[in-house]
Amino acid sequence: MMEITEGSHAVAEAVRLCRPQVVSAYPITPQTHIVEALADFVANGTLDAEYITVENELSALSACVGASATGSRTYSATTSQGLMLMAEVVFNAAGMRLPIIMSIANRAMGAPLSIWNDMQDSISLRDAGWLQFYAEDNQEATDLHFLAYKVAEDPTVQLPAFVCFDGFILSHTYEPVDVLSQEQVDSYLPKFAPAERLDAKDPISFGMYATPDYYLEFRYEMDQAQKRAKEAIAKYGKEFGAMFGRDYSSLIEGYQLDDAETAIVAMGSICGTVKDAIDEMRADGKKVGLLKIRVFRPFPSEEIAKALAHVKRIAVLDKNISLGAKGGAAAIEVRDAMYGSDTPVKGYVLGLGGRDIRKKDIKEIVALSEKGAGDQFYGLRKELI
Amino acid sequence: MALATGCRARPGKSRDNKTGSWRVFKPAFDHEKCSKCGMCRTLCPEGCIHEDAEGFFDPDYAYCKGCGICATECPKKAIAMIQEEK
Repeated sequence: MMEITEGSHAVAEAVRLCRPQVVSAYPITPQTHIVEALADFVANGTLDAEYITVENELSALSACVGASATGSRTYSATTSQGLMLMAEVVFNAAGMRLPIIMSIANRAMGAPLSIWNDMQDSISLRDAGWLQFYAEDNQEATDLHFLAYKVAEDPTVQLPAFVCFDGFILSHTYEPVDVLSQEQVDSYLPKFAPAERLDAKDPISFGMYATPDYYLEFRYEMDQAQKRAKEAIAKYGKEFGAMFGRDYSSLIEGYQLDDAETAIVAMGSICGTVKDAIDEMRADGKKVGLLKIRVFRPFPSEEIAKALAHVKRIAVLDKNISLGAKGGAAAIEVRDAMYGSDTPVKGYVLGLGGRDIRKKDIKEIVALSEKGAGDQFYGLRKELI
Repeated sequence: MALATGCRARPGKSRDNKTGSWRVFKPAFDHEKCSKCGMCRTLCPEGCIHEDAEGFFDPDYAYCKGCGICATECPKKAIAMIQEEK
């Protein structure tokens, strides 16, 4: 049913429909409305879950790890500093292969303190072993939770997942969202039934100890699971499309890309602005297209190389910066995906800490890439530096 | 041994982990000097020193990490730590 709803509330409703048995989270801007709504659902009886209130994010994810190991479907949500406080447990959850789903309302990292949007938080944890989904709009932010549970809990994957969406830009924005019914979600997402779980009658320990003789192989197995997640996303994304009309089988999505000379690569809500800018540039005869990365982990290297094989130049937009490296994470990885081709890949670090990006900025970046200028911060206020 | 997903383990798995491979110095027990007091068994942090039929004590070298606590504590100085060549 189509509803006009706030992003956070749409996500909370999607989580409710996934029937998590344990929710543990600590409120932090701009994630707060999600966990407030879930607490309401549990209090008024529309969600039959244990809601564990905790003193901080480290405890929130720790509680989720324990709950998930007992075989419960488990959910948390956080952002920015909260995610970093969880960081130790983030790695452990993946290493124990627990399919916890966590929403990330993307926010900049302090210091300086900023509550506004960029993607530095989740991108900084890209090596932790979690799958990472990035939503363009609130419909995707909602739907990706169903897909994330289905993929994460698949026995061939068994990895946790971030569902990321831009803080405020999506989390606090009202948009029309097609909210599925409980019957629809139940028909797509079966009960979580892991092969192994904590049980006092049949004891088992999770995430034990690995000497140098074994550790390397555990990391290899996690990497293989990430690669198998691509197949799971293809399968379950297609199934979602067949059932509800929105196909998420591809890790990437093209917009006006088939005959494009300049390809913009981007993630998250900025893609909407890019599409509008492309429409206007196309009207002026400029062949510009967009490649949206919806799944950053596993990273769709081969898919990107194939989709961009025909373009003349690539401009990658990053709302994050790997300080001291050559730009943002997406630019670095897209450049790696295109290794061996002659197509120039230029990165643009932009929109950090909530700096607004408009259509004119996208056009200016296309103009810069045509001149061969890039691998730079975009939109610096020169008078301040 | 194939890896268990998520490094999950049933009880008793530490028996599979032969910590004897960590050892640099190996305790050698001299039964001529031994007074059978059992201090070595009591203080062994690995719990790998066992009493034999005659009342003497010997470590299980599959698990002995060679920490040397038994040799230090032995009141009869009946345990020598000998560097092991591997």
